[in-house]
Amino acid sequence: MLRREAPSVVAVEPLGAYSLLRVERATLECGDPGQFFMLTPPGRTLPRAFSLCLAPPGELAFLVDPVGLGTRALVELQPGDRLPVLGPLGRGFRLDVPRPLLVGGGIGIAPLVYAAERLGRAPAILGFRTPEHAKAASLLQGAEVVIEPTYVTERLSPGRDVLACGPEPMLHAVACLAPSAQLAWEAPMACGYGACFGCAVEIRGRLRRLCVEGPVLTAADVVPAELEAA
Amino acid sequence: MPPLLNASGCLDALAAPDVARSLDAFVTKTVTPLPRDGNAPVRIAEIDCGMLNTIGLANPGLDDFVCDTLPRLLELGVPVWVSVGGFRAGDYAESCARLDDEGVEAIELNVSCPNVESPVEATEEIVAAARAATAKPLFTKLSPQLPDVAAVALAAARAGTDGLSLVNTLRGLALDPRTLAPVLSTATGGVSGPVLRPVALAAVHACYAATGLPIVGMGGVETGRHALDLIAAGASACALGTILFRDPDAPARVRAELARTAFRLGLEDPLAARGLAHREAEMPLPSETKIPAKVD
Ligand SMILES: Cc1cc2nc3c(=O)[nH]c(=O)nc-3n(C[C@H](O)[C@H](O)[C@H](O)COP(=O)(O)OP(=O)(O)OC[C@H]3O[C@@H](n4cnc5c(N)ncnc54)[C@H](O)[C@@H]3O)c2cc1C
Ligand SMILES: Cc1cc2nc3c(=O)[nH]c(=O)nc-3n(C[C@H](O)[C@H](O)[C@H](O)COP(=O)(O)O)c2cc1C
Ligand code: FES
Repeated sequence: MLRREAPSVVAVEPLGAYSLLRVERATLECGDPGQFFMLTPPGRTLPRAFSLCLAPPGELAFLVDPVGLGTRALVELQPGDRLPVLGPLGRGFRLDVPRPLLVGGGIGIAPLVYAAERLGRAPAILGFRTPEHAKAASLLQGAEVVIEPTYVTERLSPGRDVLACGPEPMLHAVACLAPSAQLAWEAPMACGYGACFGCAVEIRGRLRRLCVEGPVLTAADVVPAELEAA
Repeated sequence: MPPLLNASGCLDALAAPDVARSLDAFVTKTVTPLPRDGNAPVRIAEIDCGMLNTIGLANPGLDDFVCDTLPRLLELGVPVWVSVGGFRAGDYAESCARLDDEGVEAIELNVSCPNVESPVEATEEIVAAARAATAKPLFTKLSPQLPDVAAVALAAARAGTDGLSLVNTLRGLALDPRTLAPVLSTATGGVSGPVLRPVALAAVHACYAATGLPIVGMGGVETGRHALDLIAAGASACALGTILFRDPDAPARVRAELARTAFRLGLEDPLAARGLAHREAEMPLPSETKIPAKVD
């Protein structure tokens, strides 16, 4: 059953290059880490997908990278503004893994913050483009932080159950190093609930809807066997 | 009350059964005789006041649809319209013949997808072939890009269509602001959403005047007011497309707004507004307003 509400914005707090958008939880569920919500920025025709970053009591909080029209409109919201929120949607991370390691790149740290909260304690490696972006690492106490030109994949230790989210090249690199990894992908999404077929990506050799099958997929879902073997 | 449907390709009833049940009839994504993966990503882009899509008729193909998808759709308890597409008149005839024995309420002939090759035959031949293959109500879905949509609507009427679905998307292009390359994999895609609204109104207006047929009006409907405009132009039912993406609760909202807006204009039933936009002109009386959907 789809849940949609238009809760009030509590605050938009700058956090380095990103902003933390806090809204009232209303009757919405938090869902599993890696699941996402569709937020409709004021004045836009289509909603945008956001992973839940934090679940403070009575609130939902999203980490927003203001890269385009919709995300910029979101970070300009004022406390008290109403924001349409649909979710939680999609399939999140499985948390029942023995040796979790959180691996994040840039805005991809968003779902890992909530994953860390739900896991209790888990080691994390986070990579960022600049020190300004890296300020968001403060959301994940104790994480190891690397800044380009160092990459998170240089720090991956074997034998870990990797939960990763970040830019596509990072996810592909992680998938090759850790075939059992759970990876949270992005695709342009118009609806987030399986209605538009806009978010199709190649999964297990066929174009399938990422919002239905994912956004969290296993490395085996996305990496062709020959690439893995190489 | 005029029936409220979804626009083809804008809702998967199996993924969101509650949304489907909030409609008077569910229209499937266009089904073709053979399965199609659809076009490569990127398939969607937002534009000012609307969006572009190039899904490319991704669908499981007729066999799989009839054997696997349709039985599950029929269990939902909502009348099901099946949208059929193809690349020649024979494709449409084959699909219609196959669906003739099934419990579907109506068949929509999509002869107007801008993202795949157009069928080789003219609309009239396609409708005639479909008509010969089924006794089900046929609704022919036309493109707003036709130079004379009313003439094609008349031809479809001659060939035996029971109604019209107006409109499909317009062809459009969006460029990435940083690279100035097309955003969509196929460069162009179909324009939908608010930007399509005046275009849809004009097509419904022209086709109602020309044919008086039942019309499912669609294109940028977001509120009850927009639906009422289409009805005044000649629609006897409305379909919601792009609005469902950001508001899956739109059917109930639009229905309530439509009743309120009509009532404020002194109309007991919004359907009483049908054709009001034509008051000055000489008009054939509507021959039939019945739409095969549940009506309360
Ligand atoms: C499952 C999922 C979870 C997501 N979670 C988050 C999240 O937690 N936080 C978050 O900030 N974002 C998240 N995103 C991405 C977010 O939805 C996009 O940033 C957003 O759709 C882009 O919208 P926009 O309005 O900023 O850009 P638009 O105005 O829609 O696009 C404008 C232009 O920006 C370009 N563009 C789009 N995305 C990016 C990008 N990432 N970098 C650079 N240019 C881009 C587009 O190609 C386009 O040309 C998630 C996406 C998905 C699919
Ligand atoms: C993502 C998407 C997929 C669509 N797929 C189909 C389709 O398979 N068959 C069809 O006849 N129309 C399709 N359409 C067109 C819609 O049914 C409708 O005619 C059009 O979007 C205008 O309505 P709207 O502005 O309310 O969206 C699609 C539209 C969108 C946005
Ligand atoms: S975003 Fe619409 S189907 Fe996935």
